[in-house]
Amino acid sequence: MTFFSNIWRNEKSREIIVQIIVLFFLGWFISWLVMNVNANFKALGKDISFEFLFIPAGYDINQYLIEYNNRDSHLRAGIVGLLNTGLVAFFGIILATVLGFSLGIIRLSKNWLASKIAYWYIEFSRNVPILLHILLWHGIIINTLPHPKKAISLGDVTFLSNRGFYIPKPLTENGIELVYLFTVIGVIFAVLFAKYCKRKQDLTGVQYPVFWINFTVILSFPLIAFFLSGMPISFEIPALKGFNFRGGMHMSPELAALTFALGIYTAAFIAEIVRAGILAIDKGQREAAESIGLKASKVMNLVILPQARRVIIPPLTSQYLNLTKNSSLAIAIGYMDLVATLGGISLNQTGREMETMLIVMLIYLSVSLTISAFMNWYNNKVKLVGR
Amino acid sequence: MKIKMLLAGITAGVMFAGSVLASTLDDVRARGKLNCIINTGLAGFAAPDDKGNWAGFDVDFCKAVAAATLGDANKVNYTTATGKTRFTKLAAGEGEILSRNTTWTFSRDVDLSQTFIGVNYYDGQGFMVPKSLGVKSAKELDGASVCIQTGTTTELNLAEFFAGNNMKYNAVPIETNAEAQELYKAGRCDVYTTDASGLYATMISFDNPSDHMVLPEIVSKEPLGPVVRHGDDQWADIVSWVLRAMMAAEEKGITSKNVKQLASQDNKDKEINRLLGKDPLQGLSKLGLSADWAVNVISQVGNYGESFEKHLYPLTIKRGMNALYKDGGLHYIPPIK
Repeated sequence: MTFFSNIWRNEKSREIIVQIIVLFFLGWFISWLVMNVNANFKALGKDISFEFLFIPAGYDINQYLIEYNNRDSHLRAGIVGLLNTGLVAFFGIILATVLGFSLGIIRLSKNWLASKIAYWYIEFSRNVPILLHILLWHGIIINTLPHPKKAISLGDVTFLSNRGFYIPKPLTENGIELVYLFTVIGVIFAVLFAKYCKRKQDLTGVQYPVFWINFTVILSFPLIAFFLSGMPISFEIPALKGFNFRGGMHMSPELAALTFALGIYTAAFIAEIVRAGILAIDKGQREAAESIGLKASKVMNLVILPQARRVIIPPLTSQYLNLTKNSSLAIAIGYMDLVATLGGISLNQTGREMETMLIVMLIYLSVSLTISAFMNWYNNKVKLVGR
Repeated sequence: MKIKMLLAGITAGVMFAGSVLASTLDDVRARGKLNCIINTGLAGFAAPDDKGNWAGFDVDFCKAVAAATLGDANKVNYTTATGKTRFTKLAAGEGEILSRNTTWTFSRDVDLSQTFIGVNYYDGQGFMVPKSLGVKSAKELDGASVCIQTGTTTELNLAEFFAGNNMKYNAVPIETNAEAQELYKAGRCDVYTTDASGLYATMISFDNPSDHMVLPEIVSKEPLGPVVRHGDDQWADIVSWVLRAMMAAEEKGITSKNVKQLASQDNKDKEINRLLGKDPLQGLSKLGLSADWAVNVISQVGNYGESFEKHLYPLTIKRGMNALYKDGGLHYIPPIK
């Protein structure tokens, strides 16, 4: 009796006991859930099997980044969908970041009009559900742009229609290797030059216009190689043939609508995060920077933003994750992402809802954890280093 | 003490979850209502009428089963399902019948553990185009953008048809019929494809139905029919014989108008007597149905032909394959003996 009451009175052992009990019940609950699913599946005469992943999917997907036709397996259809999810998330994140950072800074601008416009933009975007954004953009594109036969033509090489945007597709020819080589050389030069200038500045305080020099180098090296090797790039111009345009590069209205909607919606949240990050920096920092004569842009780029970044990155990560997960709403407008392929048509054709949903969930989980891991790495890199 | 109560609660929950396997008919009778899974909205098959009540060809079948089992065609709770959710909803027990233009295929029947109880509509996948497109045959559709409603057998038929004719296409997959219509109307697609019945139902809802046409090619076999869960043969028999009773009634000329009259007299055709409960129908008690089951169905809902005329003639759908065998169609009913 005294032994047990002693254990219970000891704070350390009591904590352990409570945790063991909680763990036991949690484990018991989960195993009950699994057993219940199993029992109910048995009662329904269903089994859990992943064999369907390897039989031909039988359906077509209108946008694929890797080769795909309807004889490929459900697994491959799922990968095609995953890559489409990745594509729209990638474009969306870039758009949201650029737009969000700009808006966040404009929102703090002393210019009354600019600040108010940013304010209204943010309030409108983030207070309208994302699904409506997607439907709105899709509706705008397919209802306001003309039919392919009356497509808006930009110099007869780029076309806008309600079937999407068509731009010329670059085709490489012999001699392109030289351009690649010069591109790599240009980049290596730029990196080394930036390092050299940094060291020089640390030692002597002399500043070079590093950005502009590197910009010119990276742009001009491949260009010079391009002309030297006899212009080894030609363009495939999209042309109206039958019902639609053929050739060229095609961005479907669904991809465009989804990218705009996700980017514009998430940008509003990012703008607020950026604003919060900037306001979190003590105003003494700004005053100190101004007092030593730094320009406004330098105050922002060298003093405020590097410190604000530490505050900004963790919530920014959540926004990237949200954007990626929100892309699953693609199904509303028929963009063939992971949910529409593996979690949609494959599910229907095979009837394996439990299996497909588990796979789709696991994939989203791993994608999110990957983004998270990357952002944590970046966060560690920019965090305040104690010296 | 608290833990004990918690345990008792959970155990009760487990036991409850484990004991859901009573007979479907008993469940329906105990509830006093039939749960029926129908389309989210397809004119002619399942759509709200001007009073807001569900009506249509598929809805009629729910009513018929309710009339046979509960004696009242109005004792039905309707649950809607998209093409994607329908089998899950049926399997999860949200309804006793799935009456939602569902194509009978091998894998759905066998792999998904469903029971297809018969065919109530012979359909096939077709193509609808605006007349202004100037296309007369589906074989001229090379390179077209095609709107499809997902969650059906449509995707596979489409892929096979275009591949078989060496044509390319751009698929635009949409979840529901309503959204697919909007995209088609906005010109996002050149063609809309689904079961021909669905095309007619869609076309009738347009502002100018005559601006559109259904192309002559039917590219698939789509035998549509009601579905029940595997494992309760009594229930499957009830549902399938309700369908056959409706067809047999049409064959024998029994309609909602004359059924009461025929049921009260001795008919020369003894099959009519057996169907309407005048003469004993051996084994009926095993189904758990009363003798007037078919009378209830026919008087309250009508025979197969009546239901077809009422809901599908307005869509300009003809009987065609869906006529009885004696009129040159495919519906051939086992004898009621």
